[in-house]
Amino acid sequence: MRRVAVVVFPGSNSEIETVDAARDAGSDPYYVWHKDTDLKRADVVILPGGFSYGDYLRSGAIARFSPIMEAVAAHARAGGPLLGICNGFQILCEAGLLPGGLVRNDRLRYVSRPVRVRVEAVDTPFTNAYRRGEEITVPIAHGDGRYVADAPTLAALEAEGRVVWRYVGGNPNGSTNAIAGVCNAGHNVVGIMPHPERLNDPVLGGQDGKNVFFSLEARDATQHAGDLRAVGGHHRGM
Amino acid sequence: MPDFRVEVRVMPRGGILDPQGQAVTHALQALGFADVHGARVGKHLVLTVEAASAGAAETRARAMCDRLLANPVTEDYQVAVVPA
Repeated sequence: MRRVAVVVFPGSNSEIETVDAARDAGSDPYYVWHKDTDLKRADVVILPGGFSYGDYLRSGAIARFSPIMEAVAAHARAGGPLLGICNGFQILCEAGLLPGGLVRNDRLRYVSRPVRVRVEAVDTPFTNAYRRGEEITVPIAHGDGRYVADAPTLAALEAEGRVVWRYVGGNPNGSTNAIAGVCNAGHNVVGIMPHPERLNDPVLGGQDGKNVFFSLEARDATQHAGDLRAVGGHHRGM
Repeated sequence: MPDFRVEVRVMPRGGILDPQGQAVTHALQALGFADVHGARVGKHLVLTVEAASAGAAETRARAMCDRLLANPVTEDYQVAVVPA
């Protein structure tokens, strides 16, 4: 059972679902207030969705300087699993823990609906319970979700298999290369715009998101997922 | 030390699609301003900075831009110190 710290910023609004999803997957989740400086021996850290600081200045720009973020960065540097969902992804980009940035959707609309994404990287602590190439349905809800990065960064992300999730069957926000999620070079820091915590139970209309959280409880989930090809006897994609 | 008025202009980087600017362009054209061929929308910040000199105020403001006010991935900025 992994200790999962879910960081709460002023304006976070998805922390309850995120804690529920982690608990349903068998983890031991708990909240950490953004003014704390201690992650309380977290194995895993998640920055949830929302509108931290009202999205003032830029989405995530102010939250990245919250006191807890020093501990979050140290956790990431030590190779600890760190996931940013939606606003959490924006914060990780602003903090420089993930490359690139997330800017205004290309059609000037806040987009809130289920989308199809393809799981392209399964060698991360948050996607190892999916099969590579698996297509899933997950909800998005964002106004600033268009992923941008300079050409060398994009080339590196593609060449190194660091595009974690990619939109398929339509690009809802104009993201470069239809990118819905990326990871860092160490594959331990992941950012995704869709909300897996909002689709993890049949009563919510589906459970395509639950494997994000089950991945954490997979055997040795913090190790490189090359060790995780067979979890529970199932082939997990090479 | 005196206060200086520092004006910071933050713009979406050239080459990055600016949907707000496009929407403003289309709205102006719809209003009959057919001579508008483009608009880009950025931010204008006015800071009051205590410093020994105008140059020192500008140096501080640039540090603020690099740290917080502009995102180096998506935005460019200009700094101007104007008489308070």
